[in-house]
Amino acid sequence: MIAEKTNTAQQIIDAISPKAGKVGFIPDNVLTNAMLYLENKGIPTNKHEDYKYCNVDAILKKEFKNIKQELKTISSVNEFKLEDTVTLVVVNGNYSAELSDKIVLKGLHINSLNNLDAEGKKQIASIADAESDAFIALNSAFSGQGFHLKIEKNAQLQIPLHVIYISSCEGEALVNPRNIIELEANSEATIIEHQIAFGTGKTFTNFLSEKIVKENAKLTSYSIQDEKENGFSVNTNQVKVERYAKYDNTTITLSGQLVRNNHNVVLAGENSEAHLNGLFMTGNTQLVDNHTLMDHQVPNCESNELYKGVINDKSTGVFNGKIFVRKDAQKTNAYQSSKNILLSDDGTINTKPQLEIYADDVKCSHGTSTGKIDESAMFYLNARGISKESANRILLNAFAGEVINKLEVDSVKEYVEKRLGF
Amino acid sequence: MISIKNLHASVDGKEILKGINLEVKAGEIHAIMGPNGSGKSTLSSVLAGKEDYEVTEGEVTFNGKDLLDMDPDVRAKEGLFLAFQYPVEIPGVSNINFLKTALNEKRAYEGKGPVEAKDFLALVKEKQKLVELDGKLANRSVNEGFSGGEKKRNEIFQMAMLEPKLAILDETDSGLDIDALRVVANGVNTLKTKENAYIVITHYQRLLDHIVPDFVHILYNGKIVKSGGKELALELEAKGYDEVKKQFETI
Repeated sequence: MIAEKTNTAQQIIDAISPKAGKVGFIPDNVLTNAMLYLENKGIPTNKHEDYKYCNVDAILKKEFKNIKQELKTISSVNEFKLEDTVTLVVVNGNYSAELSDKIVLKGLHINSLNNLDAEGKKQIASIADAESDAFIALNSAFSGQGFHLKIEKNAQLQIPLHVIYISSCEGEALVNPRNIIELEANSEATIIEHQIAFGTGKTFTNFLSEKIVKENAKLTSYSIQDEKENGFSVNTNQVKVERYAKYDNTTITLSGQLVRNNHNVVLAGENSEAHLNGLFMTGNTQLVDNHTLMDHQVPNCESNELYKGVINDKSTGVFNGKIFVRKDAQKTNAYQSSKNILLSDDGTINTKPQLEIYADDVKCSHGTSTGKIDESAMFYLNARGISKESANRILLNAFAGEVINKLEVDSVKEYVEKRLGF
Repeated sequence: MISIKNLHASVDGKEILKGINLEVKAGEIHAIMGPNGSGKSTLSSVLAGKEDYEVTEGEVTFNGKDLLDMDPDVRAKEGLFLAFQYPVEIPGVSNINFLKTALNEKRAYEGKGPVEAKDFLALVKEKQKLVELDGKLANRSVNEGFSGGEKKRNEIFQMAMLEPKLAILDETDSGLDIDALRVVANGVNTLKTKENAYIVITHYQRLLDHIVPDFVHILYNGKIVKSGGKELALELEAKGYDEVKKQFETI
């Protein structure tokens, strides 16, 4: 008797494999392990502790019944360009030199993952372990022509890079963008990673970025998800921060039916620092799930997290933040805060801070709050002649502003505010 | 201007206002005095439209329109202003943007276009001077970190900006030192015209030395038990509220 195939991972593999071609840059052993992981563990259901509120398996089963992988190309990205930034474009996981700005910036090197030298190749899958998570495995098995972005030693990129990731297909498709962003010692850059979906099809974007911030370098990173109602995505950032280096990320979820962000930061060198900020404003039946892991491996590091959510209609927001302080990581300072506003009776917010501390001389704290719009503030504004609708917008803007103000590139901030109706 | 007839209101099922009657005409200043718990703040909240209060009986007409039928923002747009006893702090909302929004919504309601940036700033400067409000406060978040006196002056500053027809000052004197009291009173007196009116709610007579009322009403146990001229406030100050309580206990 032949058992009916119920494994979502297997279905995806069967659907994509014939069209994916061979992934050239992934080392053979990683590829094998990734496939084995998928075969054995599959796509996580809500029985998996890390996916308790985000049953990707069920969502994929329901929404992606017929993955045809008919990917579409794009002729222009002008409408998505942001002022005072350099645009780089990735279409369905493939870097597009044609659509990207043709500007040479001193100290910036862009390369395809396929064309890396031996030294560069060593970085592939060096911090994103294909056996640690199904989506890293899936990406490792099927990513297209990912790109490598390097900021040279001592270089300070004067203009922010705006990387637009476009997922576009007819019917249903799975897209696996992948990159490595490397900041060499003493370098500095601001990189905006902006995900959009285009066209009539439904896309499942399984994004993976490995970010390496070397000694005394500073990476300011903005992640913006805006894939609209046909967009489903799991976005993984694996970040390694070395001695005296600094990593700042602000993640803004503007749209997307499913957005799951896995932001895993390893503070690997002493005196390094990481800040993660996040904002999600959800509506309809959206599910936005932010998972962070702040792994303090060595002493004298600092981390800070601030995530804010506004949940409306029947949507669901999740924040799960884990701070891991290893035995040797004395003098760690780690803070985490999650604040949420529930606008509707049918909305759901799940927040879960997790502190695992194995060192004894540390300062760690976390806080979480969920409430409604402050009624006394609402009445005060109304009593000055401001309508309920405007007052609502003003108060939500004030709430979200704490995160939006972290966006130091004006055009990005304006774009986000406009998209949120502020 | 405003006509309150047999107004009854309760909060959480408990009746606080038990039949208020009050008539205020343009150009008049009415003071409402009364002991703690008599219903003074409830009256101002009900008139401004706070949702926690339920009007169970009576009617309020404001310039010929049914006030109780209007949303709080419409009452303000129609020219009602409440100076809060406890102004609310709103972190993240700049005082100046808040005022601009309020002013422009009112203008839109009156069929006017938004105020020019230049005119708005000139107006802000002029009105700030009136209540001696530090210009820096305008750019801060609404009432956040303001001292008690600054909050009250900010209320009068907003009133000056919005130019209401009827302003209700709810214990604006509470928490004010003598100097701040004088500043606030001067502001109010300067803004007084023949076309607008004030209801001044206060516990003490001292504010009425500076803002001289045409009528004084004593509110006790949810009703106006006595009305008179400004001399009534002095009488009350001399005898204290115990006299009132004794006299009207049975009501």
